[in-house]
Amino acid sequence: MSLHSQSGIRASGKASQASATGSTLARVGALAVLVALLAVPFLLYPVFLMKVLCFALFACAFNLLIGFGGLLSFGHAAFFGSAAYVTAHTVKVWGLSPELGILLGTAASAFLGILFGSIAIRRQGIYFAMITLALSQMVFFLALQLPFTHGEDGIQAVPRGVLFGVFDLNNPLAMYYTVLGVFLIGFAIIWRTVHSPFGQVLKAIRENEPRAISLGYRTERYKLMAFVLSATLAGLAGGTKAIVFQLATLTDVTWQMSGEVVLMTLLGGMGTLTGPVIGAALVVTLENYLAATSLPVPVVIGCIFVACVLVFRRGIAGEIQARFGKQSRLG
Amino acid sequence: MMGTIFGIPPQALFGQLLLGLINGSFYALLSLGLAVIFGMLNVINFAHGALYMMGAFVAWLLLTQLGIGYWWALLLAPLVVGLFGVVLEKTLLSRLYKLDHLYGLLLTFGLALIVEGAFRHQYGVSGQPYPIPDALKGGQNLGFMFLPNYRGWVVVASLVVCISTWIAIEKTKLGAYLRAATENPVLVQAFGINVPRMITLTYAFGVALAGLAGVLAAPIYQVSPLMGSNLIIVVFAVVVIGGMGSILGAVLTGYGLGLLEGLTKVFYPEASNIVVFVIMAVVLMIKPAGLFGRER
Repeated sequence: MSLHSQSGIRASGKASQASATGSTLARVGALAVLVALLAVPFLLYPVFLMKVLCFALFACAFNLLIGFGGLLSFGHAAFFGSAAYVTAHTVKVWGLSPELGILLGTAASAFLGILFGSIAIRRQGIYFAMITLALSQMVFFLALQLPFTHGEDGIQAVPRGVLFGVFDLNNPLAMYYTVLGVFLIGFAIIWRTVHSPFGQVLKAIRENEPRAISLGYRTERYKLMAFVLSATLAGLAGGTKAIVFQLATLTDVTWQMSGEVVLMTLLGGMGTLTGPVIGAALVVTLENYLAATSLPVPVVIGCIFVACVLVFRRGIAGEIQARFGKQSRLG
Repeated sequence: MMGTIFGIPPQALFGQLLLGLINGSFYALLSLGLAVIFGMLNVINFAHGALYMMGAFVAWLLLTQLGIGYWWALLLAPLVVGLFGVVLEKTLLSRLYKLDHLYGLLLTFGLALIVEGAFRHQYGVSGQPYPIPDALKGGQNLGFMFLPNYRGWVVVASLVVCISTWIAIEKTKLGAYLRAATENPVLVQAFGINVPRMITLTYAFGVALAGLAGVLAAPIYQVSPLMGSNLIIVVFAVVVIGGMGSILGAVLTGYGLGLLEGLTKVFYPEASNIVVFVIMAVVLMIKPAGLFGRER
């Protein structure tokens, strides 16, 4: 029994079933969003936008696992944070270029994903959540103790460097468009995965695993692949974040960070393509706002969590989808 | 000076083993509560660590605000936490039983953030000292080591609580109802037993155990809003290692892992933070259902 069959959320993205006008509308909408994304750094603070994009990619990666594979990972900060550390270290200490640093960070997360995935997929449901949480806490302690992560200080003052030897990332606009490019690549990979036969098999496993097994699918292998892909993309987000903020710290590997990405996805809508992006934008905005007030952030975040679980399980994108049908989707 | 054991002075070895046993006592009490709650509600109570912290804080507040001492706190703090649990179960958790179990985890995660955040907002992150009660001050010289009375008391008290809970569930009529309702709530309800109330009381009892553990912990560790959050993740790993099938399994795994952690502190201190997680990974490789668990 999956999270979705009971809550009534259905994964989005049956493009083939959408009517011709619907898909045209979606294309126009997607184009409009793209134009907006290109223009928005002229209106809003680029660092804020880059933070939103990094977390949006992180949430999309997480959502690939819960929304389309039905696996709730409570330890995704491990991948996000490890990639941030590896990227920061390779760029700062080894003097690599930012693109190589991000690539190595992402590769480290992929490797960690294979390791953790092969352990965690042995159990399902809440056990899976607890196992991923415990494994990521192990990464937290390693990050606290290993010499190259510099304990409480983290890796600071990471140079942004020059992308492909051409674009100086110290220029905020160049940095923004790089992050946007990374986000779009990640999003495209997720879109492609969800709409591929692989994505359909994942959905089948989510809905009814014994049946998928009886149809001859080696579900363990599919789940592991989904896990690794999700971890890799979370790493891509983390590595990019390290370059943007020139920083990798313990905050990136805490269980609170894992919880935050769960909230972004839950709030935006699990199993929708655009939901995690909306959720990430909202949570980052909210945190920016709360930082200026005296309200305790965890309490507010906790209240949103409780409210989402009790009355808003479809999330924002899920609600819109349920109200207005498929054509409102932009993904 | 006495000889050494594996190159370690026996004082240090037994000292760390005692610390491990103390930690194990808290693992056992908390994983026992988690297992009882999970058996009945099918909810993994993420708020367990926050409620453990709440128990310690209630004891501290009773002492500093009302002048009520340790022994009364040992009774009152679990009651307060248990009542809080009744409210949580009645108003929030009970709405989720028809949904996927993961929602219970998400809800209690939110609750943990709220409780912890509220205490942190009110009292800051620094720890508050809680004095050891007069009757338990001092210690015994056992010849091979010095045993502080209070630590001995914690080990004995938690053992007594764990064993009596086990007896209550396995050997009494009430426990039989509980086990029956875990297996088949609809049938038990048909026999005229008020299952929803039983569920509420089970949750209250489970979190009261966490509150009790909090009071026991207060004089050993400082009373701090963060004391529960890191502990609960280790306890989750303990629960995965033991498997949730058996009460006794949860208790034994708790003590065993506490001792192992203590041993690691002696022989390879760098790994003491992660040894439980490593063991969890190994157990999952060999026996995915956990040492005492059964596949559900």
